Amino acid sequence: MSVFAFYLFAISVIAGGFFTVVSRNPVHSVLWLILSFLSAAGLFVLLGAEFVAMLLIIVYVGAVAVLFLFVVMMLDIDFAELKAEMAKYMPLALLIGLVILMQFVMAFGAWESNAAAESLRTNVMPVDRHNTEALGLILYDQYFLLFQLSGLILLVAMIGAIVLTLRHRTDVKRQDVVAQMMRDPAVAMELKDVKPGQGL
Amino acid sequence: MADFFFNTTLGMLLVIVGQILLVVVPLLLALAFLMYADRKIWAAVMMRRGPNVVGVFGLLQSFADFGKYIVKEIVVPAGADKAVFFMAPMVTLVMSLIAWAVIPFNDAWVLSNINVAILYVFAVSSLEVYGVIMGGWASNSKYPFLGSLRSAAQMISYEVSIGLIIIGIVISSGSLNFGEIVAAQDTGAGMLGWYWLPHFPMLILFFISALAETNRPPFDLPEAESELVAGYQVEYSSTPFLLFMIGELVAVVLMCALISLMFLGGWLSPLPFLPDGIFWMVAKIGLVFFFFSMVKAITPRYRYDQLMRLGWKVFLPFSLFWVVFVAFAAKFDWFWGIYARWAVGG
Repeated sequence: MSVFAFYLFAISVIAGGFFTVVSRNPVHSVLWLILSFLSAAGLFVLLGAEFVAMLLIIVYVGAVAVLFLFVVMMLDIDFAELKAEMAKYMPLALLIGLVILMQFVMAFGAWESNAAAESLRTNVMPVDRHNTEALGLILYDQYFLLFQLSGLILLVAMIGAIVLTLRHRTDVKRQDVVAQMMRDPAVAMELKDVKPGQGL
Repeated sequence: MADFFFNTTLGMLLVIVGQILLVVVPLLLALAFLMYADRKIWAAVMMRRGPNVVGVFGLLQSFADFGKYIVKEIVVPAGADKAVFFMAPMVTLVMSLIAWAVIPFNDAWVLSNINVAILYVFAVSSLEVYGVIMGGWASNSKYPFLGSLRSAAQMISYEVSIGLIIIGIVISSGSLNFGEIVAAQDTGAGMLGWYWLPHFPMLILFFISALAETNRPPFDLPEAESELVAGYQVEYSSTPFLLFMIGELVAVVLMCALISLMFLGGWLSPLPFLPDGIFWMVAKIGLVFFFFSMVKAITPRYRYDQLMRLGWKVFLPFSLFWVVFVAFAAKFDWFWGIYARWAVGG
């Protein structure tokens, strides 16, 4: 059973990735990417890493991909122009791709994995506790300081992003919520008795 | 016979399909009557009669509607992206149905008893937004597109506070499994032991966020009739529209089930001397659904900026504060340990 499931998910990860790249319509690309994420989550479940699988769906599919889709849907893209632009940069892109590929080959070609690591890889699930608990113990007990540190780095990045985009514009009309709430018919409305044929 | 069903692949597959049908068919049947109840309650509040023609007291109205929907013509807009256009309602329906795989109806009456059940439901309900976005985009029309943009922003905003509320419950019960969450509420004190009491502010917040998450009034901005005609559903007719409608209602009932599992003790009986059982679960889902209907009947629609402000500036800080509070209360056993049931019962 799980072999069928594995091949199903594996094929749809690869197919999703492939169509993400070749789709002409960017919205279709994002939808294929979502299929790819979902299938990857399926693979995690098959490995017994159900917590990671759920987080992958919640974070990537439920939030990040929605924002992708959001942005891509609102972009007004001329595909012919885009293609021409791409052709211009093709040699450079190919060169960079080749360099990265060579680096991967050189790095992983000389890679020998430890026998203990190998056995860990085939046995992802700890036997005595389920993996949410195991992850929690590792993150919050064993590597607590590192976890806090990564949180701090993310916080700094977030503040940086906010500071970079924050500007105070004085020429726009701002909404004052409290003032809106405090309005009542006595202040907001004025009734006038309009005489026929005269107007105001 | 037992050997065939439990030891061969085909037999096991048949058993699984049977179990799925056992959940989905009663669910959809109940949905027909819930839709009827929804309309009757709404009508009663407005002093109308509501549906009363088809069947006794109009009980079969939903089935008549169903028949009418499926015999109508399917109209596809000229510029529509056909594949995505038809996938959208299916995504809505499927996403709202697959979440029921982990919802228990009684002790151990559940299709798939997984460790991360509550995360699974959260993940699936965060996918429901895709049906709306895809439908709105694929229609290739202004109103649906505006509706889908609104809905995307709205659902993501309220998911954040729903997630934080769930974290509070999870801290209190020490488990992500619904069975264990309900077991943690079983203190022998009947309804006083359930989480609605210690987590009362979160019950209110979760209820309101659930309204926003399922696009129910007063937060039905993606389909606001007055500004957007019907939002992302404008171009849909016939069966695809029916799928959207069923999908939305299933999501509403799912939220009712979640509230009754997390705050109202699931299948536990409210009085200690009465037996626990599936009827309590059904009754609680019905009760919460009644409140959903009442809200629809008595509240005016929010303005979009009010909705966003409520989500980000009120709910998010408050639920974040609550998580911190519950964490401290659970760790240091404040309030006689009612926030840390993992130390007492489960």
